[in-house]
Amino acid sequence: MIIDRTVLDEIRRAVETQYPNEGCGLLVGEVGGGVRVAHQLAMTNRRIGDGAKAKRYWIAPEDFRAASHAVAAAGLEIVGVYHSHPDAPACPSSYDREHAWPWYRYLIVSVADGTASDVRAWQLRDDRSGFIEHAVRIEN
Amino acid sequence: MSVTVHIPTPLRPYVGGSDTVLVGEGTVGEILDRLAAEHRNLRPHLFQDNGRLRGFVTVFVNSRNIRELDQEATVAAAGDEISIVPSIAGGATAAATALPQLSHQEILRYSRHLILPQVGPEGQRRLKAARVVLIGAGGLGSPAALYLAAAGVGTIGLVDFDTVDETNLQRQIVHSTSGVGTSKLASAEGRLKDLNPHVTIETFDARLTSENALEVLREYDVVVDGTDNFPTRYLVNDACVLLDTPYVYGSIYRFEGQVSVFAAQNGPCYRCLFREPPPPGLVPSCAEGGVLGVLPGIIGSMQALETIKIILGRESTLVGRLILFDALSFTLRELKLRKDPECPVCGKDPSIRELIDYEAFCGVGAEPVYQGPEISAKQLAQEIRENPDILVIDVREPHEWEICRLERATLIPLSELPDRLNQLDGHKEIVTHCHHGVRSMFALQLLNAAGFAKVRSLRGGIDAWSSEVDPSVPRY
Ligand SMILES: [Zn+2]
Repeated sequence: MIIDRTVLDEIRRAVETQYPNEGCGLLVGEVGGGVRVAHQLAMTNRRIGDGAKAKRYWIAPEDFRAASHAVAAAGLEIVGVYHSHPDAPACPSSYDREHAWPWYRYLIVSVADGTASDVRAWQLRDDRSGFIEHAVRIEN
Repeated sequence: MSVTVHIPTPLRPYVGGSDTVLVGEGTVGEILDRLAAEHRNLRPHLFQDNGRLRGFVTVFVNSRNIRELDQEATVAAAGDEISIVPSIAGGATAAATALPQLSHQEILRYSRHLILPQVGPEGQRRLKAARVVLIGAGGLGSPAALYLAAAGVGTIGLVDFDTVDETNLQRQIVHSTSGVGTSKLASAEGRLKDLNPHVTIETFDARLTSENALEVLREYDVVVDGTDNFPTRYLVNDACVLLDTPYVYGSIYRFEGQVSVFAAQNGPCYRCLFREPPPPGLVPSCAEGGVLGVLPGIIGSMQALETIKIILGRESTLVGRLILFDALSFTLRELKLRKDPECPVCGKDPSIRELIDYEAFCGVGAEPVYQGPEISAKQLAQEIRENPDILVIDVREPHEWEICRLERATLIPLSELPDRLNQLDGHKEIVTHCHHGVRSMFALQLLNAAGFAKVRSLRGGIDAWSSEVDPSVPRY
């Protein structure tokens, strides 16, 4: 997966401001040859109850629908989702797996003590048994 | 004309790459089922194993979410457009966190766990990483805390505001005679640290309330409720649903106990089972009804067992199962519980989205139930001396009467009172009493309703009489 450096920096800042809660958003780009992330859309974590946001995120379908209309109007595509794991590694949890959609790239940012560190990209296996990891290539 | 189904990008590979599919009319459930039958690899991404739509699959008919229509029974007619819209969820859990290593001392201490294939070194490290909070360090909390600490659960939170009382020691085995009069937190913390110095104990000297519950409970992976009262039970349930944290439930009454796991993923919550609490006072507390001391030991140990299984990630937990244990006949019954889609807190369209006032919700202190004129023990002692005609009615059970009684009292157990009203002289001053003053208030209302006007209830019951008037009356 290729991601523009400026986009990755935006994502890091977006999830750092949400710390200690989980931050989340959509990866937007073009498909063809491979997946290239050229934009990001920070989304509201709609999880109810303040405490829940530290462990979980939820992008409401209504929000997703509005975002996907805007993205389609720009001739682009939603290619995945990013979210942070506050003070936890950038590996998908079993909760992530149970809720994952196929094909989408799941970019997980580990945020340790408020600072974004590790970034890793994952894709759900077809049989939902787990994730395969994609290399993240950062381009200027 | 047919119905158009819009396929989101992630599902297009399963329908030959197209962004729309044309299908015949029907309900949303039927249409998606047909679609999944035609494109077999699509099914696991839309449906759970039990055939229901996955929680994160949202369906719109034209521009409306079917949640606001007839759910999966919503009919799509020719010309309608169905959109499958992802709702995106995920998040970190304890499983994702790197597990801590075990020291040599810990390896020795937990060796009986380590040689069990179902626990093993990884399971023991999971236990070490786990954070469990116990609400109440009493009858249920005592054995649960002892076994969780012994098992090596890394961090145990304790929430309590009470002090150790002599009457606690018949069942609250984490406390000792030397601890009578000290705080339950200090007493439990000392015992647990002595039992296992590798465990961290975090204490919260407070009553769990709507104001502090989310803040306290959010820090933990599993919540064990040992308080056994309705306001706290609904509070813990709702907080656990909102926080997505499993809630290990236990309750006891006399010789019967119940255990289950609520608010776990895809499992029912306490409100799915009991939407509303019984009227206050209908179910007596342990103080009023009594409890066999070993029973909370059994139920609290079962709560510890389920907590450990949840931490280990075992599958056959009590999620969706309510266990009823009768200690006298020694029978175990199991009830299958189902998640209620209409549940006000964990259902599809919850009406409870934040914590409410649970005391009010459970009717604690509500007008009609607890109100009535009361008399203090000292005042009653004086009136008895001055008024030989005063009628004192003990509404406790005969076995309580055996333990202790007021000299002037007549025993009429609460359950017999309605049938024995004709034995009472309505012209006399009447004082009802029980153990602590709850049942006597019911009796007062019963009498008021039957036309007896001059009735008062002894505040604090015979217990208050013993401490304020006559210490020779034994307390129990
Ligand atoms: Zn429920």
